[in-house]
Amino acid sequence: MNALWGLLRKEAYHILRDRRTLAVLVLLPIVQVLLFGFSIRTDVKNVRLAIVDPAPDATTLELRNRFTATGTFRTVAVLQNERDLDRLFQTDTAQVAIVFEPGFGSRLVAGGVAQLLIIADATEPNSGAARQNFVTAVVQRYELEQRQRSGAIRILPEARARFNPTRESTNLFVPGLMALVLNIIAALMTALSLTREKETGTMEVLLVSPLRPWQIIVGKVAPYMLIGFVGVLTVLIEARLVFGVPIRGSLLLLLAEGGLFILVALSMGILISARTSSQRVAMMGAMLATMLPTQMLSGFIFPIESMPRVLQVIANIVPAKWFVLIARGIMLKGVGLAYLWQETLVLAGMAALLLVASTRSFKVRLQ
Amino acid sequence: MTDLAIQARDLTRAFDDFVAVDRITFDVRAGEVFGFLGANGAGKTTAIRMLTGLLKPTAGQATVAGHDIARDTEAVKRDIGYMSQRFSLYDDLTVRENVRLYGGIYDLSRSEIDERMRQMLSRLGLEHAEKELVSALPLGWKQKLAFSVALLHHPRVVFLDEPTSGVDPITRRQFWEMIYEAAHAGTTVLVTTHYMDEAEYCDRISIMVAGRIEAMGTPRELKEQAGVSSIDEFFVSLARPQQ
Repeated sequence: MNALWGLLRKEAYHILRDRRTLAVLVLLPIVQVLLFGFSIRTDVKNVRLAIVDPAPDATTLELRNRFTATGTFRTVAVLQNERDLDRLFQTDTAQVAIVFEPGFGSRLVAGGVAQLLIIADATEPNSGAARQNFVTAVVQRYELEQRQRSGAIRILPEARARFNPTRESTNLFVPGLMALVLNIIAALMTALSLTREKETGTMEVLLVSPLRPWQIIVGKVAPYMLIGFVGVLTVLIEARLVFGVPIRGSLLLLLAEGGLFILVALSMGILISARTSSQRVAMMGAMLATMLPTQMLSGFIFPIESMPRVLQVIANIVPAKWFVLIARGIMLKGVGLAYLWQETLVLAGMAALLLVASTRSFKVRLQ
Repeated sequence: MTDLAIQARDLTRAFDDFVAVDRITFDVRAGEVFGFLGANGAGKTTAIRMLTGLLKPTAGQATVAGHDIARDTEAVKRDIGYMSQRFSLYDDLTVRENVRLYGGIYDLSRSEIDERMRQMLSRLGLEHAEKELVSALPLGWKQKLAFSVALLHHPRVVFLDEPTSGVDPITRRQFWEMIYEAAHAGTTVLVTTHYMDEAEYCDRISIMVAGRIEAMGTPRELKEQAGVSSIDEFFVSLARPQQ
C-alpha cells in the first residue's frame, strides 16, 4: 500500500511539474466546448423561416406564433402558395419552410387530423436536419398541448429533405466531445507516460523492484483516470453554463458510464505503450487508434446513418460510438439503464476485453 | 550455499534461433565484487535481465541470494538492487522525492527512509541538494545518487549495468570506492563495464564472448595464464577472433 501510494504521488509530481502539458490538459476541454459549441450552435440560431399559409385561421396563426416565440426562428416570408418557395431557398433567404394545407384549422377541429409539410434546406445535411427537427419538435409540442386540452387531434408533419434525420438537437456534440477529451487524456497521456518510463529506463527499475505489475499499472494510470473525470466534469459544466446543454437523465449514471469509457481509453493507452518504445510512435498510435475513429466514426460529427454501409459496420467496433449513444440517451432523452443496458453491455464488454488484453500485454514484457 | 550470492548453472536464453546466453555457469561469493565483461552484444545484459527476474531463462537454472530465479522471482526481487544502463532516477522529482519513492517501493517505513536518506546524503556530501530536482545535479552526482538509492533497502546482491559510462575519471574513482564500501558491508556486487581499468578493480571477472563465458578468474590469474600485462590486452585477444 505504501509502495502504491508512493507511485501515485510520484505520478502526480510528474503531471504537476510538466506545467505546459498540464495547461493543455486543463484548457483542452474548455476550448473544445467553446469551439464545437459555437461552430454548431450558430447554425441553429436565427433560423430563417418561410411560412406558406394559403388560408390563415386561428389555429395556423397560433402555431405560427409558437415559432416566433421560441426565439430560434425569424420569419422571413409569409406566402400564399408554395410556388415562390423555390426562389427563397435558391437565394438562401429561407432555410426552412412550413406549408400548411388549405383549411388546416378547420380540418383539425372537424376531423382531428391535418397535414403539415416541413421543408429544410439540406445542402448542409447536419444543420438542415437539426433545423427540421427543431420545427418538428415545436409542432409536436403544440399537438401534445392541444391533445391534453381538447382531446385527440393529429397533425401529420411530412418532412421533405434528402437526408435521414437524427432525432436530437444541436446539443449532441457534448457526448462526442467527452469521448474525444477522454481519449486525449486517458489514452494518449497514459501511452505517453508509460513509454516515457521506457525511454528513460526507469521502467526497468520498477520492473526489477518487488512491485506487482498491477501496482505499476494502477500507479501509472490512476492519476489520468482522475484527470479524465475532471475533464468530463469540465465539459458538462461548461456546456451547461455557456450553452445550456441539459442533463435530463441521471448524472450519476452518466459519470459511471464515463468511468467505463475511461477504462476503455486507459486500456488502449496501455496497449499502445506495450507495442511501442518511443513517445513519438505512441503519440501517432494513440491518434490513429483512438482519436481519429472517435472523431470520424462515433457519430459525434458525422451521423452514422449517412455513412456508407461498410463504415457503419466498422463503427460498431469503435467504443466511442457506444459511449456517444449512451451519453446522448442520458443527457438528451433522459433515459436510464432500462433503455441503455445493451449499449452499456457492449461498452462494458469492450472495457473488460481491453483491460485483460492490456494487463496481459504488460506482463508479457516481464517474461 | 549460504556464502554463495549468485549461483548459475547452464543458464541459457534463446530468442527464436538466436542464443543470446549460452549455458553459462558461475558462482559469486557473498561480499564479492564480480566483474561481468564482454563486448556489446555478448549477452551480458541478457544474463543480468535473467538474474534480476526481467527475463525467464529458456534452459538451465540460477539462484540469487539463495532464491531460484525462475520459481522465486518475488523473493529475488526483495533481495536485490539494480541500477540500469540508463539513468534510473526521475529527473523531474527532487532528490528527496526519489529516495522516498524507492524506499516506499521496498516497503521501508517513513522513519527508516528519512534516517537512511540523511546518512546517505551526508556520505555523498549532498545534504544541501535534498530539495533540488535531480535534473539540476551534475551527471557524476546523479550516478552516485542512483547507486546509493539502489542500496537503500540493503539488498544482498546489487546489479550495476555499466554504471560509470559517460562519467569523468575522478567520479569513476569515487564510484568504485562506493562499490568497495558496499562490498565491505557485505553486499555482493555484480558489475558490467567497458572500462578495462575498472575490471582490474574487481575481485574476480568473467568475460563473455558470443553468449558464452570464455574466461573467469581473478584479474591476476587471467593475466598470468595468458602472459599479458593488462586485462585490456587479454580482453582484446579473447574477443577479437570472434568478430
